[in-house]
Amino acid sequence: MLSNLTSTATASNPLRDPAALPRLLLTLLAMALLWPGLQLSELNLAVLFDAGNAATMGSFVGDFWPPTHDGEFLALLGRATLETLAIATAGMALAWLIAVPCALLATRVLSVSAVARGGHPVWWAQALRWPVRMLLIVLRSIPEIVWALLFVRAVGLGPTAGVLAIAITYSGMLGKVYAEICESVDPRPARALLAAGSPRLAAFAYGVLPNAAAEMLSYTVYRWECAIRASVVMGFVGAGGLGQQIDLSMRMFAGGEVASMLLTFFALVLLADQLSRFLRGRLT
Amino acid sequence: MTVRLTGVGLTHANGRRALQEVELTVGRGERLAIIGPSGAGKTTLLRLLATSLQPSEGRLELLGSEPWRLPAGQRKRLRARLGLVHQSPPLPPRQRVVTAVLAGRLGQWPLWKSLLNLLHPLDPAGARNALGRLDLAEQLFERCDQLSGGQLQRVGIARVLYQQAELILADEPVSAMDPVLASHTLGVLNREAESRGVTLLASLHAVDLALAHFPRIVGVREGRIAFDLPAHAVTPQALDALYANEQLDQPRPASPAPAPHVVTIPRC
Repeated sequence: MLSNLTSTATASNPLRDPAALPRLLLTLLAMALLWPGLQLSELNLAVLFDAGNAATMGSFVGDFWPPTHDGEFLALLGRATLETLAIATAGMALAWLIAVPCALLATRVLSVSAVARGGHPVWWAQALRWPVRMLLIVLRSIPEIVWALLFVRAVGLGPTAGVLAIAITYSGMLGKVYAEICESVDPRPARALLAAGSPRLAAFAYGVLPNAAAEMLSYTVYRWECAIRASVVMGFVGAGGLGQQIDLSMRMFAGGEVASMLLTFFALVLLADQLSRFLRGRLT
Repeated sequence: MTVRLTGVGLTHANGRRALQEVELTVGRGERLAIIGPSGAGKTTLLRLLATSLQPSEGRLELLGSEPWRLPAGQRKRLRARLGLVHQSPPLPPRQRVVTAVLAGRLGQWPLWKSLLNLLHPLDPAGARNALGRLDLAEQLFERCDQLSGGQLQRVGIARVLYQQAELILADEPVSAMDPVLASHTLGVLNREAESRGVTLLASLHAVDLALAHFPRIVGVREGRIAFDLPAHAVTPQALDALYANEQLDQPRPASPAPAPHVVTIPRC
């Protein structure tokens, strides 16, 4: 009945794009949602062009040149950079150790009951995955800076707080995304292996991992890059690394030192990007 | 008895009845071909026998037990004894042929062995032997995405040969091969089944191949078994009835493998 109606409607004007109306409505809806957002966030670009503000910003940025590059500062910078890298890497390693088991428990791909049900696990097996998903949500819903503040109180000032904060927040993110990557690749190889009596972990290693590895690796390296940046922010609350140095330099209005450290960041992110590109190239 | 289906029916989730009132008994060591028009239920029947689908009604017995009444652990062990050759083998494109073949024994190996084998192939000779019988030994260390459709099908068959399954199920195993290779490959499957005394069920589009290689022919039409006869007793009339309304003289193209859809993950 309904299909009859639609077909007559299409027949009356055969050239009308049936997707036009939904697209128009979606655009209007997006604009209607965006406007209150701009109002609520009190975004006013005019302040950027106010003469007094521009002068303040100008003098702040003007201090950045030339970047400090005397030997003593460079030694300090090198040490802080290594500390930042160490915080990010150790935090990611811990996060990875938590994330991988959680992702394996949370993903639908390794469901044995789904094999004979066209990819839909039975309801109770799906219900068992929920607590793991909830755990991942809890882990990532609290920002790392809050964890850092907490751990700075618990274990004192220094890199340990940063490592723990990154490990906890990032395990939630990695676990969720790993599980979703596993669900987005072709499920048939794993399903065929499970149907041939293979254990879940072997089905994952032989059926899912070859298709998902590149994506997972690229996401992991990207997260590592994020962890480097996060460890900087956490440095401001005393969790060590480059951030702590930037905080100190900013307080001392040493713009040149800040500039040197921002250049170091740029190099680190560039490094992460190249590493990701290289590893992906190896895997595809 | 290797296979016994009693009054088996299967209704898909969308309400389409794929199989109904299927009665089929296959003894140990029997070799039979399943033929019938496209969409008749051949693939569904084989997937049912591979425990990849659960019957909606009726009784299914495999290798002396009822898989859907077994606890999960025993069902897993039963599944390791069943080998299904898929029409378009679901192999990850980046996987090497040697790994894809050795994966046949994942159900029998302990987990540590499976994981170790992923890092370093533990039985390349076994994989090479299985591939060699299908004239594919050269491709041992190539990646699956470098192979043609027919070569992939043979990798899928080599996996089941290596698995040493007690019930070999093959769903259109030669649909992407040229006639000579198809005949050779069916010969390999039949000799394997004969020499080890295991049961072989294969669905085939090509009636002549079925008649030439299999002693017993089962015709399936519209989800029911139309006939179940020894190969020499299959008459042209029975075939005409089986394929009625089908354009028999048109070559049927091998169904292409559906491309896996790629989902982009938001990265933040």
